[in-house]
Amino acid sequence: MAEAIKVPTMAEYMAEGKKPEVLFWVGCAGSFDDRAKKITKAFVKLLNEAGVDFAVLGTEESCTGDPAKRAGNEFLFQMQAAMNIEVLNGYEIKKVVTACPHCFNTIKNEYPSLGGNYQVMHHTQFLKSLLNEGRLKVEGGKFKGKRITFHDPCYLGRANGEYEAPRDLLKKLEVELIEMRKCKSNGLCCGAGGAQMFKEPEPGNKDVNVARTEQAMETNPEIIAAGCPFCNTMMTDGVKSKEKEDSVAVMDVAEMIANANDL
Amino acid sequence: MQIVAQIVFLIALVFGISFFVRNIKKMLRNIKLGKTIDRSDNPSERWSKTLRIAFGQSKMVRKPVSGFLHVIVYLGFIIINIEVLEIIIDGLFGTHRVLSFMGGFYNVLIGIFEVLALLVFIGVIIFWIRRNVLNIYRFLSRELKGWPKNDANYILYFEMVLMTLFLVMNAADYQLQINGAVHYAHEGGIIGGFPISQFIAPLFEGLSNSTLIIIERGAWWLHIIGILFFLNYLYYSKHLHILLAFPNVYFSKLKPKGEMDNVEAVKKEVALMMDPNADPFAAPPEGEEEGEPEKFGASDVMDLNQVQLLNSYTCTECGRCTAECPANQTGKKLSPRKIMMDTRDRLEEVGDNINKNGKFEDDGKQLLDDYILREELWACTTCNACVEACPIGIDPLSIILEMRRYLVMEQSAAPNELAVSLTNIENNGAPWPYNQMDRLNWAKEN
Repeated sequence: MAEAIKVPTMAEYMAEGKKPEVLFWVGCAGSFDDRAKKITKAFVKLLNEAGVDFAVLGTEESCTGDPAKRAGNEFLFQMQAAMNIEVLNGYEIKKVVTACPHCFNTIKNEYPSLGGNYQVMHHTQFLKSLLNEGRLKVEGGKFKGKRITFHDPCYLGRANGEYEAPRDLLKKLEVELIEMRKCKSNGLCCGAGGAQMFKEPEPGNKDVNVARTEQAMETNPEIIAAGCPFCNTMMTDGVKSKEKEDSVAVMDVAEMIANANDL
Repeated sequence: MQIVAQIVFLIALVFGISFFVRNIKKMLRNIKLGKTIDRSDNPSERWSKTLRIAFGQSKMVRKPVSGFLHVIVYLGFIIINIEVLEIIIDGLFGTHRVLSFMGGFYNVLIGIFEVLALLVFIGVIIFWIRRNVLNIYRFLSRELKGWPKNDANYILYFEMVLMTLFLVMNAADYQLQINGAVHYAHEGGIIGGFPISQFIAPLFEGLSNSTLIIIERGAWWLHIIGILFFLNYLYYSKHLHILLAFPNVYFSKLKPKGEMDNVEAVKKEVALMMDPNADPFAAPPEGEEEGEPEKFGASDVMDLNQVQLLNSYTCTECGRCTAECPANQTGKKLSPRKIMMDTRDRLEEVGDNINKNGKFEDDGKQLLDDYILREELWACTTCNACVEACPIGIDPLSIILEMRRYLVMEQSAAPNELAVSLTNIENNGAPWPYNQMDRLNWAKEN
């Protein structure tokens, strides 16, 4: 557990005159949030396991501007985008993978018209491609037959139409995948999007994450699988509010695979 | 006598259609108050989407019960309108059942109209029960109180009456043919198929032919006048979707739902800021007036784009968006349907203002605050559930985003905690107050 993980930066690659196969965009949550950092590390372990030649921007990375844009601060968004695109283009990045659907959506859809054109993949899509290429092996093991429900992140699912990649990975883990009554294009938001993560909710009679957790609980799951650090936080809080944290875990799909592979 | 009826018919038809055209012109002028937006790209993809979603009703049937009923009413509406064509020809030229020269095919056609009329009648009854008796979440929202609820019911009553008139007209006609009445009976037997109205006809047995003719003519006149009235009611109701759904789907967004447009005016400003050679104090180039700086975001309908305004006229207040909205489901004030209703109400108010004053005179009101509250705007999670739920491609989220842009960029009026996060992004590149230089610390932690 204590062995340090290998995380090369673009600057190091540049110094050696090399280029990585893919840039791992870590994102703010993946860099700073204690829960999300675990997802970041699990994903890095999988990249190393599969022998992927990757690098991160490290201290040269900055917020993509997603919360600023959706809060209405287009100025701040475009400033962030301009800075990030300058760095990415400076390193001649072609392919980006990220474990955050918000970063994924922003870089994939909103950076091109500002001069940033990259092939962008969500980490579940990337892991699926590694699997298909035979570079990564996933076996059921620990999760075989467990009751698991998957919460669709809005910015992966509805926003970009990717519903299958995370589910395909879960199927590889041989779990018993039970869909919530609201799933895929009808999935209910966790409540974090549109910069809600960074403000108090408006007055109402319930928090959105609690409503979504209740839907997840209807499937009587052992694990709620997620594919977004913000959803992860919201669902974890929801499970705690129901005092079920001892019996229901909230895990990122990447964490589950790393765990199954004893990484 | 016949010629008087033809003249009256012509006058009714011309008046009904021209009044409708006048209102449609007003609507188009109002839509053009919005900013232009280019949605002329990918015509083939747009047509296929229109065929699938608008003509094919593919998103309607995602809710099986209301979707199925809607398809029946939609088919009834389209197909029974072929009958209206015959009514118009008969009315103008004083003929009776002019299309009956088609013989057996005509009988089948009238038979199909009758079956559809009955199905529409039943469908509309079920719609009424859903709206008024069953406690369906999306029909209970506060924005439906008063006029919107009555409006919806008037439309249902209207459809019931029109279908009844059509069947009564046919029943009287059928009975007249059986009685061998002049102008109605034919040597070749019964003209028209009456699979439904033959069961109404027994009610008319024993009535004199002259009474039957009054019933038949009465139903015929009320039916066509009812249709002309309904056509003109559309503009004043929520019901324009029967026409606007088609252009609305055609002009809807083709890009991924998560993609929000990059504001052009901001692009210029940012490019200027990023350019080390730019002179911030430079005078505008010779011959160019320094224009008023562009307003960011939207506080009123004129700041929205034309597709957003078309969306507002198209919305039929079904509330599928609101039923899917996470904020609405958890008791927040936000209802995407209300965003569309408010936009249309304010646009109509601005339109009336222009009609009265020749041009828009400041009325001290705007879409923001007077119609849409900040509390509603800030409750949105931008999850796109409303956009996904709309059966005809309306995008309430884009309006919410434009109004947030106005609040944040023109008024610096973001909620406090949010403003702090935005400042953090500005200062240290993350929504939390962590130093950018610590971004890779996770790699060294165990």
